[in-house]
Amino acid sequence: MGGQPLLLTVITFLPLLSVVALLLLRSDDHLWIRRIALAASLAEFAVSLLLLRGFDASNAAYQFTEYHHWIGEAIHYHLGVDGISLFLVLLTTFLTPLAILCSWESIHTNVKGFFVSLLVIETAMIGVFLSLDLFLFFVFWELTLIPMYFMIGIWGHGRRIYAAVKFILYTMFGSILMLVAILWLYGLSGTFDLDGIQQYLTVTPLPHTTELLLFGAFFLAFAIKVPLFPLHTWLPDAHTEAPTAGSVILAGVMLKLGTYGILRFCVPLFPSGAAEMAPLVGVLAIIGIVYGALVATVQTDLKRLVAYTSVSHLGLVILGIFAFQATAIQGAIYQMLNHGVSTGALFLSVGMLYDRRHTHEIKEFGGLATPMPVLMSFFLFVALSSLALPPLNGFIGEFLILVGTFLDHHVWASLAASAAVLSAIYLLWAYQRVALGEVTVEKNRTLPDASKRERIILVTVSLAILFMGIASPLFTSRMEASVSNVVTRVRASVNMPQSAIGRETPSASFVKAILAREQQ
Amino acid sequence: MWAGQLLNLHRIAPELHLVVAGIVVMILDPFIGPTRKRWLGWVAFVGALLALLSVHVAYDSRGPAYDNLISTDMFSVFVHAVVIFAAALAILGSLDYLEREGIQRGEYYALILFATAGMGILAGANELVTAFIGLEMSSISTYVLVGFRRRSTESNEASMKYFLLGSFATAFFLYGIAMVYGATGTTYLDKVQAMLEGSGTVPALAMLGLGLIFVGLGFKVVIAPFQVYGPDVYQGAPTPVTALLSSAPKVATFALMLRVFYVSFGMVSEFWFWVIWISAVLTMFIGNLAALVQTNVKRMLAYSSIAHAGYILVAFAASTTLGVAAVLFYLAAYVLMKVGAFLIVTHLGQRGETRLEIQDYAGLGSKEPVVAACFSLFLLSLLGLPATAGFLGKFFAFQSALDSHSTHGTAIIWLVVIAAINSVIGAYYYLRVMVSMYFAEPTEDYVPSSVAPALGFAIFVAAAGTLYLGLLPAQVLEFARTAADSLPLH
Repeated sequence: MGGQPLLLTVITFLPLLSVVALLLLRSDDHLWIRRIALAASLAEFAVSLLLLRGFDASNAAYQFTEYHHWIGEAIHYHLGVDGISLFLVLLTTFLTPLAILCSWESIHTNVKGFFVSLLVIETAMIGVFLSLDLFLFFVFWELTLIPMYFMIGIWGHGRRIYAAVKFILYTMFGSILMLVAILWLYGLSGTFDLDGIQQYLTVTPLPHTTELLLFGAFFLAFAIKVPLFPLHTWLPDAHTEAPTAGSVILAGVMLKLGTYGILRFCVPLFPSGAAEMAPLVGVLAIIGIVYGALVATVQTDLKRLVAYTSVSHLGLVILGIFAFQATAIQGAIYQMLNHGVSTGALFLSVGMLYDRRHTHEIKEFGGLATPMPVLMSFFLFVALSSLALPPLNGFIGEFLILVGTFLDHHVWASLAASAAVLSAIYLLWAYQRVALGEVTVEKNRTLPDASKRERIILVTVSLAILFMGIASPLFTSRMEASVSNVVTRVRASVNMPQSAIGRETPSASFVKAILAREQQ
Repeated sequence: MWAGQLLNLHRIAPELHLVVAGIVVMILDPFIGPTRKRWLGWVAFVGALLALLSVHVAYDSRGPAYDNLISTDMFSVFVHAVVIFAAALAILGSLDYLEREGIQRGEYYALILFATAGMGILAGANELVTAFIGLEMSSISTYVLVGFRRRSTESNEASMKYFLLGSFATAFFLYGIAMVYGATGTTYLDKVQAMLEGSGTVPALAMLGLGLIFVGLGFKVVIAPFQVYGPDVYQGAPTPVTALLSSAPKVATFALMLRVFYVSFGMVSEFWFWVIWISAVLTMFIGNLAALVQTNVKRMLAYSSIAHAGYILVAFAASTTLGVAAVLFYLAAYVLMKVGAFLIVTHLGQRGETRLEIQDYAGLGSKEPVVAACFSLFLLSLLGLPATAGFLGKFFAFQSALDSHSTHGTAIIWLVVIAAINSVIGAYYYLRVMVSMYFAEPTEDYVPSSVAPALGFAIFVAAAGTLYLGLLPAQVLEFARTAADSLPLH
C-alpha cells in the first residue's frame, strides 16, 4: 500500500540481516556484538513504527501486502498486516531491545550465539504475525522453536535441558497435526493462501466431522502454545529455567503466537467448529484462569510464580476470543499486548534480582525495599499493572474482555472476574514477602539498587504500561475494523444474532452505557 | 543395426562411464604404490563426475535401450542423477577415512563404481531379469564394501550377515520373477501391465510373485518386517560405506519398486495398498521407537533410515503420479541429509571408529562449531524442520498421500496422522544428539582433529543441498514431477 511496497519484508528480515553482521564479528568481541544487536533491534523498532503511519484504521483488509510466487503454483510469499497483527508486531519489536539490554551483563558464555538466537526468534515471530500463506506461516512457526530451544538449553538455569526438550516436544506435537490439517485444507481448496481458503470455505461449507477435526488440529497446536489448561505443563519449566531474555520473549510474545493463531486461523476458518467447541474451551479457559492463579499463589519460586500468572492471564484472553463479541476480542488482543508488556516487565525485574542473588527463592529475599527502593518501586508498579489496577494497561484489557463476555455468558464472566481478586492476592503477597518488612537475609543489605542500564529498561516499560492504560483508544480504534470483520463473519456463518448489544437485555443496555462513556 | 546399437549406448552412458572408470581403477591399482593409493580415489571421483555429466547424454537421447530391456526415461534420469551424486559424495568421504583406518586400496573405489552402475541399471530396468542383474551388481559389491575393515570383527560380522540374508532375499526376488513369468508369460514390466490389463484379472500366481518381489526389494530398502539386519550392517560397515549403503541402493531399489508396483501391477493398487500401508506403519514405529533408546549415533542413524523408509512408503501408498513425484523428491532430500549426517559421523569417529557414542559428542558445539552446525542442520532436516530439505520431503509425501484419499478413504488419512506422530517421536532422538553437542559439558579432554578437505567439501555440498532443497525446491520438484509423468502408469 502506498509508497512502502517492501516494508513488511524489511521488518521481517532486518533482524536476520543483522545476524549476518553479528556472524562476521569475532566471537570474543562481546561489546560490539551487544552493541550491534541492540542497534539492530532499535532500528527494527523504528522501522516497525512506520507501520503506524501508513496504517488505515478504517480498513479491515490486509494492508502493506506483498505477494510473490515461491514454490510451484500453490505456495506464495504473501505478507500483510491488519488490525489484529499490527500491534503484536510492534510488541515484538518493542520487547526485543529490552531483552537484549537485560542480557547485557548476565550472558557471559557464547555471547554471539545468544544474540544470534534472539534475533532469529524475532524474525520468526514477526514472520508468524505477518504471513498470509499457511505454508509460509508454518515455516516461521516452526522456526521459532529451535533458537528458543537453544536459548533455554544453553543459557538456562537448573534443569535447563529437561525444560528445553519438554518445550520443543510439546510444541512440535501440536504443530505437526496442524501441518496435516493445513495439507488437508490444501487438498480441498487447492491453495495455501489464507484468503483463498477463506473464500473456498465460505462457498463450500465443510462436512461437520471434517470441520471439527480440522478445528481440533489447529486448535491443539495453538492451545499448547498459549498454553490452555491442561496443556500448560511445559510452561512453568520453560519459563523458570530460561534466561531472563528467554522468559521475556517466551511470555511476552511467543505465547501470543498461540492466541493470535486461534484468532487468525481457528475461529475465522472454522466458525461453526469454534462455536460448537466454545462451551468446552470456555470451561477450560476458566479452569486455567482460576487454577493458574491458585497455583501461582503457593509458589515459593518467584519466577515460577510469574510463569503461572501467564496460565491465568492467557486463559482470560482465550475466554475473550471465544465470546465472539467485538468488545471481548478487542479486549483479548489488548490483553495480549498488556500481558506481553507487564509480564515481560515482571520477568525483567525478577531477572534483575536473579543477577544479584542468583536465586529465585522468595524466602531468600524479604525487605528488599530498604536496600533497593528504586527497583522495588518499579516492581510494585509492574505488579499493579499485571493485576489490572485502573488506570494501568491491564485494567482496560480485562475490563473489555469481561464486559464482552458478560453479554452472552453471565456465568463465565462472573467466574473469570475472580481472576482480578486472585491476581491481587498472589502478586501483592509476593511483593510483600520480597520487598516489605525487615531485611531477613544478611547478604541482601548490601545489594546495589537499579543501575543506569536497568533504570532505562524499567522506565521504558513503565512508560509503556502507563501509556497503554491512558491512551487505549489509540490502540483499540485501529483493531476495530478487523475485529468486527471477524466477528461478523463468525456470527453470520453460525446464525448467531449479529450483536448482542442490539438486544435490549438489561445487561446489554448496561454495557452500552459504559461503552458510550468509554468512547467520549 | 549398428547405428541403433550406438544410440542405445547413449542411453546407458552413465553405467558405461561408471564401469569403465571402475575398470580403469582396477587396472591402475597394481601400478600405484601403497602410499599413493589415494589417487585411485580421485580417479574414481572423476569417473563418478563424468558419469553424473553423462546423465545429460542419456537425458538427450531418451528412449528404450537394448531391445527394451532398459527404459531411459525421465524417471530413470532423475534416479541416476541422485544415485551417482550420492556415490560421488561417498567417494569424497572415503579418501581420508581409508587413510586413517589404514585400508586404502584401489578395489574399494572400483567396487563403489560397480555398485553404482548396478543401481543405475536397477533404476532404468524395464525387465525383471535385467533388474535382477542390476540388483546383484550393486548387492555383491556392497557385501564386500561392508566388510572392508577386515581387521574389525564388527565389520566382518556385518558383511557376513548382509551377505547371507541378502542372498536369501535375492532368492525371494528371483522366485517372484519366475512366478510372474509363469503367470503372464513375460518379464517385461510394460508387457506384464498390458497382459494383466488385457485379461482384466490378476492370476493368483502373479499376486504371489508380486508378494515375493516385495519381500526381496523390501529387504534391500530396509522396511519392516525385513528390517532386522539393517542396524547391525549399518553399524558394522565402514562409515562412508554406511553413507552410501543407506542412500544410493535405497533410491535405486525404491525406483524399481515404483516401476513394478505402479506400472506392472498398477491395476491392483487397492490390493498392494494395504501391504504398503501395514509395512509403512510398522517401519515407522519400529524405526523411531528403536532409535529412541540407542546410545550409538551410527546405530541411531541406522534406525532413523528405517523410519525414513517408512515416510517414503506413505507417499508410495498414494499410488498416484503425485505420489511418485513425492517419493522421488523425498529420495533426493533424504540422500543429501543422510549422506551428510553419516559423513559427519565419519569425521567424528576418529581412528578406529572409537567415538560413536552420543556422549562422545559432548561440547562439540564449542569445540568444532562449524561441524556441529552442519550436523545440526542434517539432524533438523531429518527431523523435518521447515526451511530444510527433509521438511519439504515430508510435506510433499503427506500432501500426495492426503490427495489420494478419494481412492483410499480414511485409511490414508490415518496413515498420514500416524506418520505425523512418528515424526514427533523422531524429534526426541535427533534432539538428543544436539543436546549432547550444545548443552552438555565435555566429559574428557579431547582435541578434535581438523576436517579433511575432501570430506569437508562433501559435507559442505550436502549441507548446501539440504538448504537449497528446503528453500528453493521448485526446480527439483518440477524435475521430479516430469520424471513421475514419464512412467506409463496404469
